Amino acid sequence: MTFSPELEARFADLLTHYPPGRQRGALIPMLMYAQDEVGAVTPDLMAELAKRLDISVLQVDEVVGYYSMLHKKPQGKYHIQICTNVACMLRGGAELYEHACKKLGVGHKQTQASGKFSLEEVECIGACSWAPAIQVNYDFHHEVTVSQLDQVLEGLQ
Amino acid sequence: MANMVKLTINDTAVEAPAGTLLIDAAKLAGIEIPAFCYYEGMSLQAACRMCLVEIEKAPKLMAACVVPVGEGMVVRTESPAVVKARKTTLEFLLTNHPLDCPVCDKGGECELQDMVFKYGAGESRFTEVKQHVPEKQWSPVVFYDGPRCILCYRCVRVCNEGMGVGALGIVNRGVAAEIAPSHGDHLECDECGLCIDICPVGALTSGAYRYKTRPWEMEHVGTVCTHCSNGCKTTLGVRNNEIVRGNNRDRSGLNGEFLCVKGRYAFDFNHHPERLQAPLMRINGKLEEVSWARALQAVVEKFKAGGKAGVVGSTRISNEEAFLLQKFARTALKTNNIDHHRSGDVVTLLDSLSGKTATLGNVDDCYNSKAVLIVGADISQQQPFLANQIRANYRHHKAGIYVATSGAVREDKIAKGSVRTTDSEWLAGVESMREKLKGESELLVLFGDSVKGEGVRKLVAFGESLGIPVKYICLVDYANSRGAMDMGLLPDLGPGYHAVEGAPGMTLPQMMAATDLDLLWIVGANPLARHTLASSNAFVVVQDLFLTETAQRADVVLPAASAYEKNGTVTNVTGQVQRLKRGVETVGAKTDLAIIGLIARGMGVNLGKVDADAVFAEIQKTVRGYNVSLPVIVTGGAAQTMPVNGRVASTVLPELIQSSRDTLFTTGTLTRYSKILNEVMEAPGGLYR
Repeated sequence: MTFSPELEARFADLLTHYPPGRQRGALIPMLMYAQDEVGAVTPDLMAELAKRLDISVLQVDEVVGYYSMLHKKPQGKYHIQICTNVACMLRGGAELYEHACKKLGVGHKQTQASGKFSLEEVECIGACSWAPAIQVNYDFHHEVTVSQLDQVLEGLQ
Repeated sequence: MANMVKLTINDTAVEAPAGTLLIDAAKLAGIEIPAFCYYEGMSLQAACRMCLVEIEKAPKLMAACVVPVGEGMVVRTESPAVVKARKTTLEFLLTNHPLDCPVCDKGGECELQDMVFKYGAGESRFTEVKQHVPEKQWSPVVFYDGPRCILCYRCVRVCNEGMGVGALGIVNRGVAAEIAPSHGDHLECDECGLCIDICPVGALTSGAYRYKTRPWEMEHVGTVCTHCSNGCKTTLGVRNNEIVRGNNRDRSGLNGEFLCVKGRYAFDFNHHPERLQAPLMRINGKLEEVSWARALQAVVEKFKAGGKAGVVGSTRISNEEAFLLQKFARTALKTNNIDHHRSGDVVTLLDSLSGKTATLGNVDDCYNSKAVLIVGADISQQQPFLANQIRANYRHHKAGIYVATSGAVREDKIAKGSVRTTDSEWLAGVESMREKLKGESELLVLFGDSVKGEGVRKLVAFGESLGIPVKYICLVDYANSRGAMDMGLLPDLGPGYHAVEGAPGMTLPQMMAATDLDLLWIVGANPLARHTLASSNAFVVVQDLFLTETAQRADVVLPAASAYEKNGTVTNVTGQVQRLKRGVETVGAKTDLAIIGLIARGMGVNLGKVDADAVFAEIQKTVRGYNVSLPVIVTGGAAQTMPVNGRVASTVLPELIQSSRDTLFTTGTLTRYSKILNEVMEAPGGLYR
């Protein structure tokens, strides 16, 4: 499997950040950057990274399955993650999630046929102080109300 | 001794070496702290939360499996807070657990069941519907039932760390988390089954044992595995005179909980439908079933008639049987034509160690030696337990591992030095690591069959020149390969490697090639799989479990008992004597010892009392190195034989020595009759390298 020169350069730099013999520590950032380029964590990608870090594919799979930010299937152009964990739930996270389901016409871990939006109900994203919080790709939106959610979604093209 | 730390556990003063984990310190004091994920010898996980204890001045309950003892520590392991925490932990562990104990293989010996019983955590406050996922089969011998799993990581760690295979992992998170096999829907591994044994619940179950019985309906018989030469203790679960399980959960014997695929599953040859149940005699050119009396009568007549006789012993029969066989051959048949198939040059090793400071190594040395050199053997395939010891040595003691083999081996991954050689060029490979080896403080050398004859002397000379203490293990193939040699199943050496009286006899190939042999007596061996018998007139008597290539040529076939059907002793690859204990009764077969005794009686030969204990007493008295402690053996332990001290005048040609270089899933004739091993070999995944 080949990557863009930019990504290869990024990988090469990443590997220097870990002590000799501990290169496997670079797995999570490598997966994230590669996912952005490839579109999803494909079996080929997992095999490639396993080979590069001298670990088993199963060990890569363990990591991919654990982190909700890593996806084995391609997401929509905009991946909407709505937190319904305790703090966000108390401040209206569940209502946000239900509203998004209706508005986008998809449910948990589903993608629109057009490929524009995908939706995911997530556990804590570490923004409890500004609950309810949502995340669109890598961008956070804080203290979101239903109308603000509409604005955010409509603003995305 | 390390610094001792004084602490108090449950108002009892306890002393333990600094660095001891609290859970182990409590165990030393006879106090049990329950735990699922903690397992001695494996890395720490602290996943299950069962071992929480109260430590004074600590702000909250602490996990005893990761807290080392501290001076003046005051610990309570059964206080109300602790009991409440454990009960809650159990409630969580049972959230999705199906509680199908009545149909679970583990029921009755389940750690989770025991804990729920102890802490009375039978009720749950959860009202949610339990998540269920169907059971999966990963290989012919490994099944996984996800809902029963408590995600303690024991199987993952034992596979990764213990076996060095890494075929198991945990995928997904939270309620969806489950154990996953290395290759999507199946395993590619040693199929050793350690994951099944080590599982504290019934999540991993054995294809050979599942739904066959309840644990309490079995008799548990501790004996020794009959497949390779490592001599692992195995506890047979016997029900209605049938072996249904092999494991070593009591961690007794030299192997602890370790068993490979053969030790754990390949007992099923014992109940193979082709097992011989009655003597066979050649009548009008065809082998026909006859009575024991008639078969023995025919054998005795031929033996009495005399002529040029040859005797072939086995690497599977017990020490007692081997001893009695050579005694019979030498005293009654008056011949030194006695031999067996040799797979390692122990004889030359013993001779070349004479007068040297170097000694023989044993199973413990594999775990304790500061450095290990492996020459010409894929030990993970051929010597699974020794390989396990060496991996543990690396893991626990950071031992230096050096490998000189013809192909890639699993030990390469942990090796400080690793070179590829050929069977003839191995010395150059070893020499290339000389400087590194010199830097070690001691060395254990294991060598396979490519090192023989002069090669052994060169290897010992190499070891001497390093200037460090060196020990040697000569690797051999089968359960009692070592015992066969020690007992004198050799044409030129009697028991204890004493030179025989008179001229040395014929070797096994010489017997096969002799055209004038009148009588050939083969006990538990299958030489015709490798050789052709030149003498067409020879009267051939075979004692075996199956109608092997050799038995098919026989004039009389006497059905023999397996190692699981007899008492006696065997000597493992490193010279440790252990006791075989009869697990099942034979129906038509007899032990080789009994058969030899019956033939002797028919001939009017007095061999003394023909009984395993009596013969062993004679071995203790007469065989060099075998004056071992009887209580050790009788209680299921392994007694180290003393190495022979002094020159061994051997005439053995090194060419006769040949290992079968088995894989994990094979060792000679018996494994061919193991249904489970054949299934494992045919299953997708194949052999992990």
